[in-house]
Order: sequence, then structure tokens, then C-alpha cells
Amino acid sequence: MSLQVMGKTFRHGVHPEEHKEQTEQLPIQRMPFADRFVLPLSQHLGAPCKPAVNVGQRVQRGQVVGEPGGFVSMTLHSPVTGRVAAIGPRRHPNGSLVPCIEIEADPYSTQEIATSPAVDWESLSLDDFILHVQKAGLVGMGGAAFPTHVKYKLPEGRRCQRLLINGCECEPYLTCDHRVMVEYAQAVVRGTQIVATKLGADSATIGVELNKPDAMLALDAAIPAGTNIRVASLKVKYPQGAEKMLIKALFGEEVPAGKLPLDLNIVVNNVGTMLSLADYFDHGKPLIERVLTVAGPGIDRPANLMVPVGTPVRDVMRHCGLNEETRQVVMGGPMMGQPLASLDVPVLKGTSGLLAFTDESISHAEEYACVRCGQCLEACGNFLNPSRMARLARAGRWEEMENAHVADCVECGACTYTCPSGVPIVHLIRAAKAAIRQGKAKAS
Amino acid sequence: MNTTLLATAIMAGLGVFFGIGLAVAYRFLRVEEDPRLDIVEEMLPGSNCGACGEAGCRAFSEKLVDGALKPSNCTVSSEEAIGDIAAFLGVDAGSQEKRVARLHCAGGLGQAHQIAEYEGFETCLAAHLVGGGGKGCTWGCLGLADCMKACTFDAIHMNDQRLPVVDVAQCTACGDCVDVCPRDLFEILPLTHNLIVQCSAPLEGDEARAVCSVACDACGRCAQDAAPNLIRMESNLPVVDYSAGGPASQVATQRCPTGAIQWVEREQFVSQKTVPLTGVRLD
Repeated sequence: MSLQVMGKTFRHGVHPEEHKEQTEQLPIQRMPFADRFVLPLSQHLGAPCKPAVNVGQRVQRGQVVGEPGGFVSMTLHSPVTGRVAAIGPRRHPNGSLVPCIEIEADPYSTQEIATSPAVDWESLSLDDFILHVQKAGLVGMGGAAFPTHVKYKLPEGRRCQRLLINGCECEPYLTCDHRVMVEYAQAVVRGTQIVATKLGADSATIGVELNKPDAMLALDAAIPAGTNIRVASLKVKYPQGAEKMLIKALFGEEVPAGKLPLDLNIVVNNVGTMLSLADYFDHGKPLIERVLTVAGPGIDRPANLMVPVGTPVRDVMRHCGLNEETRQVVMGGPMMGQPLASLDVPVLKGTSGLLAFTDESISHAEEYACVRCGQCLEACGNFLNPSRMARLARAGRWEEMENAHVADCVECGACTYTCPSGVPIVHLIRAAKAAIRQGKAKAS
Repeated sequence: MNTTLLATAIMAGLGVFFGIGLAVAYRFLRVEEDPRLDIVEEMLPGSNCGACGEAGCRAFSEKLVDGALKPSNCTVSSEEAIGDIAAFLGVDAGSQEKRVARLHCAGGLGQAHQIAEYEGFETCLAAHLVGGGGKGCTWGCLGLADCMKACTFDAIHMNDQRLPVVDVAQCTACGDCVDVCPRDLFEILPLTHNLIVQCSAPLEGDEARAVCSVACDACGRCAQDAAPNLIRMESNLPVVDYSAGGPASQVATQRCPTGAIQWVEREQFVSQKTVPLTGVRLD
């Protein structure tokens, strides 16, 4: 028995209402294929990929349609058998028009996946393994969509001593990782085992919050005897899923400002990524679909859905019954998610949820002056001073913000959540970060 | 001895000592400063806007007294003030082409599609980060007046379509609006450059028209109609290059199907008709 019930956590943080009861017991279902799919060439951090197909060309489900445009870039696969209808600007969930490949689904196709045979990962060298991970199109599926293979490229002098699998899912409403751990425990453990073996990790830890006991039991049962994988339980707190918080909670170590977990010889991955990784190495199936949670007060039939990447949000919403009172649709969790300007945007590899909110469920709190109560300081897991940041941001004092380590803010939103005066702290910080970036771009 | 007296004596002694030191330093180490500097600085507007390219009015007056720059390099001063400075320094006033900030977008309310409502911190920079501010066009003016707030000279005012209109008489071409616009829509151009491309969307054909009724749809007619080499098409937008060809004339604007290229003599958007929305929306 490798299950440890200890309930570790980090200092500071907040406890938003969980709202997970809507979907946490609902098994993952598939939804019918949409008529058209839109694949932005840039749905990961890093360089966009280059289209590898022409307009009018027939593509099979799982076929490569985009080649990586550099090392920090991904291969893109068709999520559906059909025809390339267009390559041109389409709307991205961030609101901008970006180059996309649009694929028209073939309504009569059997939608068989063009899988390559299972990959014999054991005999691969580390560099070949990294190439395969890139070829599988794997990105961090927790939300940030950072290319997974880049994390495995260990710089000189670093090694992966500890592999950390993130199953916290601390965002309210979201239950997709929870369901993945319950229903695909074998595959998650298998993926963990593959990565741990290839990176030569001494131990692998799957961190799960205590509000998911069934996931912990399922994972624990799936861990084969004699492996160094263990499941660790964590107290429920937001933002425990932020990798620096998770490391602090589990290992009691702090990732220094401006450094990466790798500087402590730790590699962090999401459970969804492990599932997709196992799918690729065991069945040759690239990342063409993902599990996401559709929930919120504006949804009639909440669900955990296995959705092909590129499915328009409008189709997902139609499938789950978007009711008329919905005022806002958020992609991702309610704390860090991006409100959508249009429903005609695709589900991305990093989309963990689609939440619909009605007018009364959105906070319209009037903004008052900061009363210096210090609750945001108590909330910030990175021990920053959000109240001061907000004031500096309003005054446009970017340089002082940089000196106050604004770059270490992970934009988790705990400060805004806790602020009794309704100051949009994170929005101010994000605007400031954008201004700093813009200033640097213009200066260079 | 009384402590109070001692302390007083020490302080007085120190005062005399440092006083003598300062007097000696003033006598032997003083730097002669051109007395004209202060007078010239006094004659300048004192707005420290940086439009002349110097770090402020004091730095500019140093360059003036040295003769490195001409009084007319100050774009803020009136003609009389420049004449006064030139007369005072006994130099040529020089001539400076009047330059103003021009906006490369005409997609105000009613022209550019608004696909969602933005609620939040009311600045262009903040709105730009949230789903593109709800505007259908990723490149167009967000209309939340960051430029108006940044303008030191009260030269920018938002019109009823939420587009910034630059008052040509007030604009000193300092470039603050250029720096502050999160979508990089402003450019400082000579007032004599009348052909203004009022669109920044690198889209073509129906895609462009679906986003905004006054978008450039990259038909290229302006480039054909203008004098040779004056206008070239670059990433689906016309680029007017006065150094490469000419002369510029209104002919270039006459066949523009959307009015994206305009002949502007004074303020932008003043005489422009509101074109109703057409085209199929992408969203």
C-alpha cells in the first residue's frame, strides 16, 4: 500500500466554493462529431506550427496536418476524417484572428484513427523519446499548453530526480482530471511509469487533493507492485495546482523567484498529459482529443466530455444545452479561465473546461478604494504584495512593479477573489505585465 | 566647561570651517554656465514632451545654445516664440515640417463588428487582454481612450464613434500616443502626407469585409491608380511611400471600395460618411 493520507499543503491560498458536485460523478462521454473543425496553428506556447496539408486535401483522423515550427513547437494532427476546407484567419479563444486549418468532417466516415503502431519506448534513447513526445503533439493539458517535450529536455547539469504528476485540479467546477484519474487510472499510471523510466527519475509522486478520494483509490490500485510511484494526498486549497505551490506543498521546497522546478531537479506534468502520453506510446494515438468539463449555472446538461481538439465551442454548448440566461462563457476554470468573445472558437489542446455563467452568478461588485486590510497578502501563494501591485499598476509605475517581482505572479486570481473592495487586482497586474512586455518590445 | 557651550562652540567652529571650504570651492572650482541657457529655457514651452528628440526642454536649450539644433526643432512652440528664440540667439530659426499623429484605423462603433461586450478595467491595454476587448477586429482601435489620457497637449478627443480625433493645431508630434496604443495604430506623419491608410488588418477580400465595413480588403486599386511606386501592397495593406514616388493625388482614393484609404488635409474622420455594415460575419 503506497497510499499516504497526510493532507499536506502550502502556506497562504484561498478556499473558493468548489461547485464540483455538478459533474464529479458523471462518467466521461463522447459527443457526436461536429461538421467542421478549426485548428489554430498556435495552440501551445512557443512557435506556431507550419501547415503540412493543402486546401482541398483529404485527411484521416490522426493524420499530421501541421509540422513543428521549431523546437518549442508541436506537431498538429487532424481530429477528424474529412477534407481541408480552408487555411486562413479564424477566431482564436483569445479573441484574435489567427492562422488556422479548417477541416470539414466527412459525415459518412467511420472515423478510424490513423494510428501508427505502438512505440517501443523502452528501447528509445532519451533524445528519440523527446522527438516522439513532440510528434505526439503533447502539451501540458492543465491549461497553459506548454509543450511537454520541452520539459523533458534537461539542461546540462540537471536531472529529473523527482517526477511530480499534478492531479490537484484546484479550480472550482472542473472535474475532467478527476474523471480521468478515476476512469483511466491504469493509463495515467502507465504514462507516469514511462516518463519516470525514460527520465531516470528516482521517484514519481501523483499529487491529489483530498476532495477526490475515489481518484486516489483508483490510482493506488493501478500502481503495480515494486514501482516507485506513490499517490500523495493534499488538503483542498487554491491554487495548489500551480506547480510551484504543489512543490512547496509536497516537498516543502521553494522554487526560487525566476527559476523553474527543473532547478530543483523536479519535472511536473498534468494527469491528462500522462493519459495522452500513454495513449501514444501504447496505441500510437496522438493528441487529437481531450476530456473537458462543461458546467456552470448556464448549462442544462453538465457533462465531462471527450471532445476532439478543434471542435467549435458552439457545438459543445449545443450538445450540453446552453440556456438563454447565459451572459458569459469562460474557457478554463472560473479563477484563471479566459472569457470568450465568441462561441465560434475551437476547443484547444489546453482547454480543461467550458463554463457558462448567468447574470446573477457573475460578480458585478462595485469597486471601492483599497482599505489596506491585507487579505490579498494572506492569499498570495507567492508571497507578493498584490495590493501594492494594483496601486503601482494604476499609476503606470512599471519599473517598480518589476522590482517588486511582478514576474513571479502566476495570475491565479486568489487576491482578486479575496478582495473585499472588489479591486480587479489580477486584471491590473496582467495589464501591467503586458505593458512591460510591450515596452520591452518597443525598446528593442 | 559647560556642555552646552562646548557643543555650540563645536557646531559654530564646524560651520565656519565648511563655510570657508565652500567659499574657496566657489572661487576656484566654479563652472561658467552660458547665461543664455536659462533665458532660452524660459522661452521654451517647458512641457518636456521629448518631441524634439532630447531629454527635455533644458537638454534642448543646451543643444540650441551650442548650435547643434535649430529653434524650429521644437514642435510645441508657436512661430513667434521660435522667431523670438532665433532672434535672441542670433541664429536661423530653421524650418520644420509640421507633423501630426495619424490613426491607421477608421473602424469605430457602427463600422467594426463588436462581437462581445467588455466589462472591466476601462483602458485599451486591459481590454486588449480580455478576448480582444470584444471587438471583432484584432487590429483595430479599441476606443477606450488610452491615447487621449496619454496626450499632454489635449490634442486627442474621442468622437461619437469612439475613435480618437487628433486636433492638428494642438498636436506636437511628441509620439506619446504612438507609445501607449496597445495595437500600434498611431504613426507620426508630415501634415503634407495626405494619403492615409485607415486600416491595419492584414486580411483580404471577404474576410476583411466580414470584420469591418471600412477595412482594407487588399484589392490593390489604390496602388494601381497612384503615381508609379508611390503605393505598394505589403501583407494585404497599402503602404504609401512618399520617398519612392509621386506626386500623390486624390486619384488613389477614388476607386477604394471601402474607403480604407483617404485623402486627409486636416483632422481625420471629420468628413467621412458612416458606411453601414455589410458582408457576412465570421462569428
